[in-house]
Amino acid sequence: MSSKLKNAADLEAYRKRVAEKSRPSGKVVAICAGTGCCAYGALKLAPAFREELKKHGLQDKVMVRQTGCHGFCERGPLVVIQPEDTLYQRVKIQDIPEIVEKTLAGGEVIERLLYHDAGGQAYTKESEVPFYKHQMRLILAHNGHIDPTSIDDYIAVGGYAALGKVLSSMKPEQVIKMIKASGLRGRGGGGFPAGVKWESCRAAKSEDGVRYIICNGDEGDPGAFMDRSVMEGNPHSVIEGMIIGAWAIAHPGKPAGYIYVRNEYPLAVERLGIALKQARELGLLGENILGSGLNFDIKINKGGGAFVCGESTALMASIEGFVGEPRAKHIHTVESGLWNKPTNLNNVETWANVPLIIERGVEWYTSIGTGDVRDNPWGGSKGTKIFSLVGKVQNTGLVEVPMGVTLRHIIFNIGGGIIGGKRFKAVQTGGPSGGCLPESLLDMPVDFDELTKAGSMMGSGGMIVMDESTCMVDVARYFTHFLADESCGKCVSCREGLKQLSLILQRICDGQGRPQDLELMESLSETIREASLCALGQTATNPLDSTLRYFREEYIEHIEQKKCRAGVCKSLIRFRILADKCTGCMLCAKKCPQQCISGEKKKPHVIDQSKCIHCGVCRDVCNFDAVVVE
Amino acid sequence: MDSNRLEQIIDAHGRDSANLLAILQDIQKQENYLPRETLKELAKKLNVPLSRIYSLATFFASFSLKERGKHICTVCMGTACHVRGAPRLVDQVEREFGIKPGGTTADKKLTLETVNCVGACALGPLVILDGEYHGNMNSAKLERVLQPLKKE
Repeated sequence: MSSKLKNAADLEAYRKRVAEKSRPSGKVVAICAGTGCCAYGALKLAPAFREELKKHGLQDKVMVRQTGCHGFCERGPLVVIQPEDTLYQRVKIQDIPEIVEKTLAGGEVIERLLYHDAGGQAYTKESEVPFYKHQMRLILAHNGHIDPTSIDDYIAVGGYAALGKVLSSMKPEQVIKMIKASGLRGRGGGGFPAGVKWESCRAAKSEDGVRYIICNGDEGDPGAFMDRSVMEGNPHSVIEGMIIGAWAIAHPGKPAGYIYVRNEYPLAVERLGIALKQARELGLLGENILGSGLNFDIKINKGGGAFVCGESTALMASIEGFVGEPRAKHIHTVESGLWNKPTNLNNVETWANVPLIIERGVEWYTSIGTGDVRDNPWGGSKGTKIFSLVGKVQNTGLVEVPMGVTLRHIIFNIGGGIIGGKRFKAVQTGGPSGGCLPESLLDMPVDFDELTKAGSMMGSGGMIVMDESTCMVDVARYFTHFLADESCGKCVSCREGLKQLSLILQRICDGQGRPQDLELMESLSETIREASLCALGQTATNPLDSTLRYFREEYIEHIEQKKCRAGVCKSLIRFRILADKCTGCMLCAKKCPQQCISGEKKKPHVIDQSKCIHCGVCRDVCNFDAVVVE
Repeated sequence: MDSNRLEQIIDAHGRDSANLLAILQDIQKQENYLPRETLKELAKKLNVPLSRIYSLATFFASFSLKERGKHICTVCMGTACHVRGAPRLVDQVEREFGIKPGGTTADKKLTLETVNCVGACALGPLVILDGEYHGNMNSAKLERVLQPLKKE
């Protein structure tokens, strides 16, 4: 075990030592060990690589490293060979002998494992693949290179240098001033300027000097996994940000830290736990950190699977051991939050931005993004934002771009457009509190204020792409149902209003919609928005309002013509077998749970519509695309 | 759960009602659900009303008050999975095993659960069977995944 670092100079000396040790003399095989790639079996790759390398006597020349999420989850498991930067995708265990023999021993590139775009063009280097080429990776910069379970790896690439600088040469007020000037706004969705929050929390009165520093890792938005990947892939960047925050907000008082992580992210909890332990061992957490007099430690709290706990007051209630019900914020949490002490809560990605700003400076940071934040912290959106690009898009994964790029750039240049050559219909941003934006808004720059103007929001950064086979009424029903379920039940407007909206939307999807339903929903929506206490209720009708605003014709079709153009709403569709495409293989007839498909072998089959339950199994199993929805 | 084990869990987290959530998570991890008798004992040991424990146990989606099956099939209902057809997977498990989400088969073999999102959206639609992730599911693949359970 390493002994504790006594001061910033000690840290720099330690960095030199580990940098030399961890600088590989030969090649490195970097294997993505994010949740996505692990699900594809990535964890089996590292031992297999080591074994194969031994067979070739290369075990000392090639380093095998499991890293954090590389982001291109669609193509996992991902393996990058450095220093050549060769990206192999969808690597299976049986590919390993060939990789070792040809690429690592022979220096040859294996064509079939490279990424090929839709046009068939192959790309050798990771940095040239369009998915990566158009990104600006600052927060995710080290994710694919360092082992998240090694603090030495993080320190070797410059980690904790910002902390050393702060503790040895900056007063807390100077740090706050810097964060304020950088224009850093809360990445959890609200976009509140972090520096302003820090300043208020420092200014708030605390009798005993206790101030809480919280990291919100309760990434509850379905379809979003940016924070998960940062916590899993580079946990120390978050911890470093929090320690800097503790100094700026609470020194010389008594800061105490919490990271609240979703129960659904077991790997993030594990990696954070390891990272905290290592930071303690080196004296980067604990008493008198780097000889500065700062005493600070962080505890992990696991959530219980409630969406509302992403709301700051609900999250604090949950840490205190109560149900996660939000409270009115006429007294802000920076004055009276966790256990009624001044509390500063920021999201994972916000914390991870802090070391970058300290190290590279305000001028550099503000050169990225939109607007002007010199006199007004709300005047623009600075830095980068990570989005999780998912849904009906070719290249699913994590995308980090400067604030202000267009939706079109993200979805088409980076995302590679829609799967299967289908037509783009909408993109949903901001999770259940966000909205669905149509094709006409694709050239809108993406920042906090533009998204809000369009009736959506940044949220934590989920970006769900929808195509012509997505029904917008069904999407509104999905989110409304989700929120009705997740409403904590404190406010009548949210609890009962969402329930009623959910019922009306279900009715429309079932083909029982009434002409007056649209107006009724609009009036209900206004009430929920106006009369709810927390952001969950106040933004809960964004999915409904935005689809009513941009896709009203789909609602009218459902109600008046009993038609679902996307072929999603079960009561409004029927499955049919195309006689000219059906080969009579009998597979669908065999698999149909209703046994309502009939036909002779090698002759076209027919579905008995009176018995069909619209389960879609026949379409799934058909190898000839003979089953269609109409 | 026997008293000694419960004591150990309480001690590991600290005898403070602020740690209730973590204590309940550990009980569930061991017992697969939250047994009524254990909750009563916990209330006494921590000197908190049983109603407070129940308020937590019923508020958070990850807790189950009913005994769960030997196998747990979790269907992710996140947005990305939803637009790629997750509801049809739930329908399929419901049809084949005769249980609704949250329900357990009579022989206590399988519990069907849904989750809001596990953040593995690239793999959607996603089904987790006993902790193992199965991505890019459709009805045929799900049938293959569940096949061994039927034979058990």
